[in-house]
Amino acid sequence: MLDFVLRRLAGLAMTLAAASVVVFLAMEVLPGDPAEVMLGTNARPDTVAALRQQMGLNRPAFDRYVEWTTGMLHGEFGTSYTYSTSVRELVAERVQVSLPLALLALALTTLIAIPVGAIAAARRNSAADLGIMGATQIGISVPNFWFAMLLVLLFSITLRWLPAGGFPGWAAGPWPALRALVLPAVALALPQASILARVMRSSLLETLSDDYVRTARAKGLSAGQALRRHALRNALIPVLTIMGLQFSFLLAGTIIIENVFYLPGLGRLVFQAINQRDVIVVKSVVMLLVASVILVNFVVDLAYAVVDPRLRKRR
Amino acid sequence: MLTRRTFVTGSVVVASTLSALPAWAAARKDVIVGVRLEPPHLDPTAGAAAAIGEIVYANVFEGLTRIDRNAGVKPALAEKWDISADGKTYVFTLRKGATFHDGAPFTAEAVKFSYDRARAADSVNPQKALFEPIESVDVVDANTVKVTLKRPTGLFLWNMGMPAAVILSPASAADAKTKPIGTGPFKFERWSKGTSLELTRNPNYWGPAIKLDKATFKVIGDSQASFAALMAGDVDAFPIYPAPEVLDQFRADPRFKVVVGNTEGKTIMAMNNGRKPFDDIRVRRAISMAVDRKAVIDGAMYGIAKPIGSHFAPQDPGYVDLTGKYPYDIAKAKALLKEAGVAEGTKMKLVLPPPEYARRSGEIIASQLKKVGIEAEIVPMEWAQWLSDVFKQKNYDLTIISHVEPLDLDIYARDDYYFDYKSQAYRALMAELSVTLDQAKRLELYGKAQTMLADDAVNVFLFLLPKSGVWNAKLKGLWENVPIPCNDLTEVAWED
Repeated sequence: MLDFVLRRLAGLAMTLAAASVVVFLAMEVLPGDPAEVMLGTNARPDTVAALRQQMGLNRPAFDRYVEWTTGMLHGEFGTSYTYSTSVRELVAERVQVSLPLALLALALTTLIAIPVGAIAAARRNSAADLGIMGATQIGISVPNFWFAMLLVLLFSITLRWLPAGGFPGWAAGPWPALRALVLPAVALALPQASILARVMRSSLLETLSDDYVRTARAKGLSAGQALRRHALRNALIPVLTIMGLQFSFLLAGTIIIENVFYLPGLGRLVFQAINQRDVIVVKSVVMLLVASVILVNFVVDLAYAVVDPRLRKRR
Repeated sequence: MLTRRTFVTGSVVVASTLSALPAWAAARKDVIVGVRLEPPHLDPTAGAAAAIGEIVYANVFEGLTRIDRNAGVKPALAEKWDISADGKTYVFTLRKGATFHDGAPFTAEAVKFSYDRARAADSVNPQKALFEPIESVDVVDANTVKVTLKRPTGLFLWNMGMPAAVILSPASAADAKTKPIGTGPFKFERWSKGTSLELTRNPNYWGPAIKLDKATFKVIGDSQASFAALMAGDVDAFPIYPAPEVLDQFRADPRFKVVVGNTEGKTIMAMNNGRKPFDDIRVRRAISMAVDRKAVIDGAMYGIAKPIGSHFAPQDPGYVDLTGKYPYDIAKAKALLKEAGVAEGTKMKLVLPPPEYARRSGEIIASQLKKVGIEAEIVPMEWAQWLSDVFKQKNYDLTIISHVEPLDLDIYARDDYYFDYKSQAYRALMAELSVTLDQAKRLELYGKAQTMLADDAVNVFLFLLPKSGVWNAKLKGLWENVPIPCNDLTEVAWED
């Protein structure tokens, strides 16, 4: 197990190093200049030059790369060109929205998908199964921003139960903050739950036809008992893989939903920073996201080992 | 004993009384304003983003003069001024009793500091050019400042009322990006990045008392979300509402007021005058005739924009109506193109920056140009790349953009500007204008300049960018027009 963990950690470090080079180079070749964006169309060339100097953009690329990466190793991510605030502070503010939102959406996804997928598999070809398959097909096809607008129309404009968007911050207490996250979490969870339920169903169907399940039935377990005691656990491996991917997506890929609900999440931070060529923010946030995706994959790998003890012993 | 009946009746009475007393029974003292873009920071003397002025101008920061809702120049931190006969010396008498939000007194020193900072060699002021005519700034006494100019400057008082010319305190200027400290009626309270900004009333304000205790700006970039936020009552006003297509829905709803006003945004399709074939005036005139302005306004702007025929806003004094200069005429346009040797099917690169007005107008104009045999290839481009590729490197044929600076005829006299117009006659005219102080003479020169630009068909002049605002019908005092980027809340109040 230790060997397994160490190998994974070495891979993790190498991936991060490679990602840092790619991210840095991508930002270098991106046309556009933060000083130009900040000073707009009426600026004199000497003013732009003065600002470039102030921002340290005139230094050689290699020096800036070394400074950036060593800074990150020390936990220092630099200062945003446009916001004049440390990137760490900016990210910390956004994570307070993005992380709870991702967790809430993932919890909803799991709570819906696993039982629904299991029911569909257990009652294969029944009316319930067909209904679930149809509903999940719709869930996957409906664009989530459109679904989000419907939610707003119903719950915010007509019923006025929940806010139409925005985020009051956790300082205002957990209840208003959670209220603000409910609709976006539902909008995010619907397509994810539909995907996951289908994965759950097919994975479970596959294990249910395995020999050991037949053996379990032969020794006298009911279909339900065999499913709960033997098949379910084994069917979870592909489900965990998909969940890992979904969590990474929910953490960083929610920009459209963040826009619909004007939530100050990580996705919008990066989007805004790209538009303003706030390259230091883009680089550092992208690196953090790469690191978190790698970390999530690492945790998923460990979870495989928990679900399936055979994976622990394999070298 | 409480019988069931009295209990029921009682609760019905209580409930109906409660519902008869709306939350705003006592006139509200706060307002929530929706803004489309979040400012990068809050120092208007260090960034060009309109979103900065839309929060802090007139609310947090003030200049010696200020621009009012009708685009007039009014005294602000300067009570009055005397201008020497040669137009080169301005003596400003400053407002007594004004203080910065951190308690520091407002004095002549702060004025000298702010102006010197803006025109210094290492200045990062986005409008540094406004300060270029200044020769020196001298403190006469604590309440008097003398500004000496290198030459008479017609727009000097207007320029000093712009957001980039507000007065900062020497003690707090360095942190103004994140902690703006000004002299205005509102103090900066907090900024939850990505969500909202809060201002509160400054109890020590020198001027007339404002009616609000608190103002919150909510950042809502998405058109659908801004619609939902207004409908759900999450914001009270969207002074610059992004989606003209839903205005009718608000008009039909008595809770809202829809106000369509002007900006100073001259929206043009710029032509790269330095590049072939646009260096030929016949080609520029042909393209001007090939564009059906009315169809663009109806199609891209839902009919609410005013057409322009030169680089000048119709509401500004000195305007000359030149919209009839190049009437829509395909046959004539084709003939001119043929004469200039532009072959049928010639390709042109039409670069479109992100704003909706540009993208929508561009689609329509591209199809119009097809009718005269020009294949306009649409290239959508994000803002930073547009600034670098088009604005700086002039790597384009055609582009659509709105010039929002007021009275900016001088951009056509600049060296190396992106549309590369090189007319010595026009430059001479601008040189004369900049030193002319007599108002009647100035207006005459404005007229000449407009006519010259239209004659030369420098660009295709499309329309004045409209400003449509939607706000709660009970909210009074917001500006109808936006001569400069701002949301002045000093006169905003709730009607009982």
